[in-house]
Amino acid sequence: MILSPEEWGIVTLSLRVSLVAVGLMLPVAFAFAWLLARWRFPGKLLVDALVHLPLVVPPVVTGWLLLVLFGANGPLGRLFEQAFGLSFMFRWTGAALASAIMAMPLMVRAMRLSIEGIDRRLEQAAQTLGAGRWRVFLTISLPLSLPGIVAGLVLGFARSIGEFGATITFVSDVPGETRTLPIAIYSALQLPGAEAAVTRLAVISILLSLGALVTSEALARRASGGRTNHVL
Amino acid sequence: MSFEIAIDHRIGDRPIHLRAQAGAGLVALFGPSGAGKTSILNMVAGILTPDNGRIAVDGETLFDSSAGIDIPVARRRAGYVFQDGRLFPHMRVRANLLYGRHGDAPLSFDAVLDFLGIGHLLDRWPATLSGGEAQRVAIGRALLSGPRFLLLDEPLSSLDPGRREEILTVIERMKRDLAMPMLYVSHDRYEVDRLADQIIAL
Repeated sequence: MILSPEEWGIVTLSLRVSLVAVGLMLPVAFAFAWLLARWRFPGKLLVDALVHLPLVVPPVVTGWLLLVLFGANGPLGRLFEQAFGLSFMFRWTGAALASAIMAMPLMVRAMRLSIEGIDRRLEQAAQTLGAGRWRVFLTISLPLSLPGIVAGLVLGFARSIGEFGATITFVSDVPGETRTLPIAIYSALQLPGAEAAVTRLAVISILLSLGALVTSEALARRASGGRTNHVL
Repeated sequence: MSFEIAIDHRIGDRPIHLRAQAGAGLVALFGPSGAGKTSILNMVAGILTPDNGRIAVDGETLFDSSAGIDIPVARRRAGYVFQDGRLFPHMRVRANLLYGRHGDAPLSFDAVLDFLGIGHLLDRWPATLSGGEAQRVAIGRALLSGPRFLLLDEPLSSLDPGRREEILTVIERMKRDLAMPMLYVSHDRYEVDRLADQIIAL
């Protein structure tokens, strides 16, 4: 399948936005997952609800909230501008932020399930063998939650590749900056005679998502030493 | 005194009280299911904190509520052999054995392999082991962690009768060869009569 240079640009932009989104969200989502799986604290229900908000609220509303918070005059937008010189408006960084937020609930859910599934008695056994908290975490808890981490990454990546509503609301449709695959497909559909381009971009979207799934299955099989063979 | 245990603990509405002092050798905690035997082992290991009391092994205080002493699990150096083995499923037998490796172990790595007859299992995953093999690896892992004392929680209960004899023999040899305090939980009269130097009935 032959892609035009412009279409290649769309594909690489989508990949960059999704990989950065999922990569940045990984430690955040794992921390939330751990917090929700292992700790009891006042306000836990509220944290749980906030984490899940992007899953249940219309994406356009999430995009609007991002605009309010991270826009040029938003409190967090100003903070990032002053602290890091980082601006989100009409930029691919904004698309990555929107993707990360939209992917967060799915990533947290997958990781949380996996953390809750860890047999705590194995951690106790490790302690009796002389392992301190960090060693138990790094050698027992983390490897045993790996299938959930991989599942979270795949779900998050697939969600990011498909992200449309929050992104277009937050950072609009700027060719080369925020025109990711779904937005490009939508834009192309508005023009007469772009059916071929739409087909090519749609096929690429499907291939990327399937590729992520197949890769994750292979990773999970390897990580588990052949004991389990599916991630989702 | 090997084990000095004086504890009061409540789990739900079930109280556990124990006052016991034990001499050298293998001490059996004997009683019916639900008497709190495993809870007592967990308290000696430090996994469970008693509401009140004092626990000392070989003269060293591990827990004393009135003195505010509570040595963390990782520093109690308990060789805990769990009822269900609890091998780490994501590590091969070799990595399981070496997980808690400690310089003060009573036997070297090779000696443990030899002692327990598990040298041929090193590259296997725990899921592929039989119950008896898994239990021998679990015992080896505990011995290699350089324990000051051993806690054995019904190590025969998950085995079929043919394999029990195999592990019983191993425990008898450990008693003979390693002069180490051992606390052995069981509800089986035959095991207790055969192994115990002293019996604490619950």
